[in-house]
Amino acid sequence: MLTVSDLSVSYGAISALSGISFRIEQGSIVTLIGGNGAGKTTTLRTISGLLRPKAGKIEFLGEDITRLAAHRIVARGLCHVPEGRMIFSNLTVDENLAMGAYLLRDHELIAKNRDYVFSIFPRLKERLKQMAGTLSGGEQQMLAIGRALMGNPKFLMLDEPSLGIAPRLISTIFEKIVEINRNHGITILLVEQNANLALEVSQRAYVLETGRIVMQGESKQLRADPQLKATYLGG
Amino acid sequence: MSEFLQQLLNGLSLGAIYALIALGYTMVYGVLRFINFAHSDVFMVGAFIGYYMGKLVPEGTLWGGLAVLGVAMLGCALLGMTIERLAYRRLRSAPTLNVLITAIGVSLLLEYTGQVFFGAAPRNFPSIFPVRNFQLGGIIVGSNQLIVIAVSVVLMVVLQLIVYRTRIGTAMRAVSLNPKAAVLMGVNNDVVISFTFGLGSALAAAGGILYALNYPSIDPLMGVMPGLKAFVAAILGGIGNIPGAALGGLILGTVETFVSGSQWSTYKDAIAFAILIIILLFRPAGLLGRFTVEKV
Repeated sequence: MLTVSDLSVSYGAISALSGISFRIEQGSIVTLIGGNGAGKTTTLRTISGLLRPKAGKIEFLGEDITRLAAHRIVARGLCHVPEGRMIFSNLTVDENLAMGAYLLRDHELIAKNRDYVFSIFPRLKERLKQMAGTLSGGEQQMLAIGRALMGNPKFLMLDEPSLGIAPRLISTIFEKIVEINRNHGITILLVEQNANLALEVSQRAYVLETGRIVMQGESKQLRADPQLKATYLGG
Repeated sequence: MSEFLQQLLNGLSLGAIYALIALGYTMVYGVLRFINFAHSDVFMVGAFIGYYMGKLVPEGTLWGGLAVLGVAMLGCALLGMTIERLAYRRLRSAPTLNVLITAIGVSLLLEYTGQVFFGAAPRNFPSIFPVRNFQLGGIIVGSNQLIVIAVSVVLMVVLQLIVYRTRIGTAMRAVSLNPKAAVLMGVNNDVVISFTFGLGSALAAAGGILYALNYPSIDPLMGVMPGLKAFVAAILGGIGNIPGAALGGLILGTVETFVSGSQWSTYKDAIAFAILIIILLFRPAGLLGRFTVEKV
């Protein structure tokens, strides 16, 4: 579904990604793990078109999207839930969801997507008229994911969905992520600092270290890997 | 008492014009975070389009006046979008200061191109709307004042509906809050920004015509002073805040009118800047603006 080949990105003179390659199969959950500054967020931002790569190629559903404008990439069905959630804090929850469906014109489809989002996150329905900025961290994350689902994505990239969320809500959010993948066939690329959690829900994983992929494989096997255990899984 | 009401009416009708111009400043600031100094000259171009169009329709008819208003608004919307496309778009990732200087350049370009085409001498703006004065209690209500107030109210209501009830309006607010997140929703920010310029410039054109109806001597530099005052009005209300711009305009127009009707009338232009200084000192975010710390 998504093929990234030899992708290199730099911020000025500083190289953030040096030639990473990976593939994501349709219907799977794949995770990118790694420490701070490893290049996880940069990878997502480059795929969604917010950053331009220095070299390399990104193909989505057989189409080269490397140089496509970010808003056109969204239109292809590739949706990015960014780090820090980036909800529109001074719009209501309702308006945030409407923005998620910005590219859809079919009102029936939009209504259907709303019901679908409410079925996953009933909390959002209770908060519809509230300003999004007044939601709790967990609710904001639900809104960010719900907003992304409003646009009928085929592929969802989630950047640190556990960041800044009450611990008891984290497992709920991850259950929902699995549910979205399983019941609705949406392929997911998950970036997470909490490697334990990420490996638990994903099928495949890539480990990034200072802009390079240093390890990859099935999540199950990586969880048992002694070296990885020592570095990322807290021994 | 009747003098007070008279001045209040005069003030509100002047304030409504400032409000129309201020809305353009504030909306552009909202999506691009810079002050479009060329805005006051779009206001001037609006008045001149009105001047030339006014010769094509019979004087003193309501439909003629509205037609002139419509054409001027359309013409300035296109002008505003063209300015954005040619001058500002390529500076999207440049520092704000560069854009600001460019805006001053565009402003001077419009003013002096205006002098080449229209001449520097003031011209007399035709009375495109029917003129009649009504006695109401002790005060005299001019039809032009009523037109100013009616047109401004209608335009502000329409603007409010566009911004809060339509898809593009929601997108405008989204771009203003977080342009990157808007892109991730599939919004083409360039289209939204262009639309914002069109909308703001159309309001400036309406302001230009309404201003010229009440102060019927127009020249290519006529935008400078009302433009500066509308800018103050936008700051007063809270820059980037749409209801704030309307409120700021009304307050400024009223205060100015009262000052010019008093013994301190010489200071009527200074009062706007005194208000600006006071606002910047005591409430820099403006009346309706919220003070926000820039996040890094």
